[in-house]
Amino acid sequence: MHDNIILAGVGGQGILSISAVLALGALSKNLYVKQSEVHGMSQRGGAVLSHIRISDSEIQSVLIPNGKANALISVEPMETLRYFSYLSKDGYLISNTDPYESDNYPEIEKIISELNKVPNRILLDAGKLALRAGNKKSANMVVLGAASPFLNLGEEAILEGMMAFFTPKGERTVSINMDAYKFGKEIALEMMQKK
Amino acid sequence: MINPQIKLLLGDEAVAQGAIDAGVSGIYGYPGTPSTEIITYAQRTPEVKEKKVIASWTVNEKTAMETALGMSYAGKRTIVTMKHVGLNVAADAFINSAISGVNGGLLVVVADDPSMHSSQNEQDSRVYGRFAMVPIIEPTTGQETYEMMRYAFELSERVKLPVLFRLTTRLAHSRTGVKTGEKLSQNHLDPPQDTTRFILLPSNAKGRYNGLIKMQEELEKFSENSKYNKFSDGTDTSLGIIACGIAYTYLMDNFLENPNPYPTLKVNQYPLPMKQIRELFQICDKILVLEEGYPVVEEYLRNNVFTENDKIVGKLTGILPRTGELNTDHVAHALGLPVEVNEFSSDAAFPRPPAMCVGCGHRDLYDELNEISKQIGSRRIFSDIGCYTLGALPPYEAIDTCIDMGASITMAKGAADAGIFPAIAVIGDSTFTHSGITGLLDAVNDKANITVLISDNYTTAMTGGQDTAATGRIADICRGVGVEEEHLKLIVPLKKNLQQNIEIIKNEINHHGVSVIIAQRECVKFYKKM
Repeated sequence: MHDNIILAGVGGQGILSISAVLALGALSKNLYVKQSEVHGMSQRGGAVLSHIRISDSEIQSVLIPNGKANALISVEPMETLRYFSYLSKDGYLISNTDPYESDNYPEIEKIISELNKVPNRILLDAGKLALRAGNKKSANMVVLGAASPFLNLGEEAILEGMMAFFTPKGERTVSINMDAYKFGKEIALEMMQKK
Repeated sequence: MINPQIKLLLGDEAVAQGAIDAGVSGIYGYPGTPSTEIITYAQRTPEVKEKKVIASWTVNEKTAMETALGMSYAGKRTIVTMKHVGLNVAADAFINSAISGVNGGLLVVVADDPSMHSSQNEQDSRVYGRFAMVPIIEPTTGQETYEMMRYAFELSERVKLPVLFRLTTRLAHSRTGVKTGEKLSQNHLDPPQDTTRFILLPSNAKGRYNGLIKMQEELEKFSENSKYNKFSDGTDTSLGIIACGIAYTYLMDNFLENPNPYPTLKVNQYPLPMKQIRELFQICDKILVLEEGYPVVEEYLRNNVFTENDKIVGKLTGILPRTGELNTDHVAHALGLPVEVNEFSSDAAFPRPPAMCVGCGHRDLYDELNEISKQIGSRRIFSDIGCYTLGALPPYEAIDTCIDMGASITMAKGAADAGIFPAIAVIGDSTFTHSGITGLLDAVNDKANITVLISDNYTTAMTGGQDTAATGRIADICRGVGVEEEHLKLIVPLKKNLQQNIEIIKNEINHHGVSVIIAQRECVKFYKKM
């Protein structure tokens, strides 16, 4: 069992929370896990990238080589493109389409048409679903929910990771993030059926 | 359920947990990416409080290093933490602690930043380790990081030397499951019997230095017998591989399906284990050196050991990139293995550089300075290391220099001495206490014609909001250094104060001599109301 997952977004969007949930989930199943994080200067509203590798055998490098990610999960559409080259030929792309704009931000239509080049893709407006769950900040869990059917880690482990990560933050945080996850997953399954 | 013995730890956190479990008594350091999380982890770990372990931020890396040396003198185990450039600041104490030697185990934990994710250079701390002639530990994984803390303490106490413990960004900032082990109690108070070795008068130091040189052979033996320097045989002797620290993971990542056919030496402890290296040279046609950072091992072997041949390949021969981090594909290329071709690519993503937060006081200060520059038509702004360095980027483009901690004030003074007017320094509160005060004293003593802006946000923001050394006392420090009361001003950088602040700054620029303006506004991201 292997997962090579690239997580992308902008500083403050909760990339490291997705990363932590997946890592805790992997530990709950006694799997090996390695995950890279970004701290310091690049965190100040800059592009954030996290590699996470999960396996039932020992993991070597924390960094996923180009073309070897089976999933690219992103909370920001332009950031998705920045890390396109990591995705393997038959890998899954799960991306928010709600832009976090900055200077010189390209036209969103152009970004979406690039994203559409990936055959296995789930593109969704995670911000809208996060608001429905009760907090726009839970867009990261919407995206994780949408990615969950495509990860080898399996849902049971992901949910255990979420409980381990969110429980110390209080009941309400748990329920908002669980809802966000559920909404993301539902929409991904709907999209898959339509295909 | 997660096994309670397994903790999900960053490399930095594995350092802290490893130190705590090995009976550390004092952890000192100055925040700096990628080393900061060692102390932040220790400070929030309940067992640190219960065991009365001291985990403190210090004014700078030099005071940290010296404090740790004092704790080691008393017989206790201690670590000092910093980023690679911090070792430049601590170097005087570090190099000389190798001459005096230590008493309780002392580990100098330094996190290097190849690829300069958050730094101004990618200097390799192993060069310092060799310079000081002390053992160096460079773990490969998070688990080894944890285990080698205890190992390094034992080594330090056995050879009575400080040990340099080197991390690089990818290890410091990678999280993995770490299985923790036995918890040791702290050392008892046990000051040294021979006190002369800590008095580095030339007459004592000469003897100590000769001893340190004689000891190198013994240190090499320790490396040769270390279980962490592992030699594995291979069937294909056309190539032998030396893989140091984390570089070993990039090698083995290429052999997930097929076994590594090449004889390989994994190096986690220096001085280099020459017995194994000679063996590798004997049986292999070529030697590939894989190391993160400078080509330290490659250069050493090429220049000092195997000068007669061109058997060695690596960063110096161009088979691996000379700068930046290594990765699996770089190593694949060096091994002649196929590299995956990208299926997807896009050039539609624009750069998204980091920026100062919305609502940050530094922004308003730069608005004021930019307005002044427009009015007076010229400006040279000497700045420093911190969030406010981001003022170099658009839309502000407000600063002209950023070199090292504290260089704003001193460079402004030198430039003013040379005739530049106005010479303005911009420095943060934490950087000011780290290395700005001494430069300000120079400026006051020489009556230099400079204007110093201390942008005081009451915290060390860039590294995540650590306490600063002199919150609330910056003005008193300036007075103590000799800044004249009438040229020591306080402003609050808010939009509504823009015009008033511009007038104050302009007046001080026109004062011939040292002026200090403290721009006080709490950090929008990290400052917690007391």
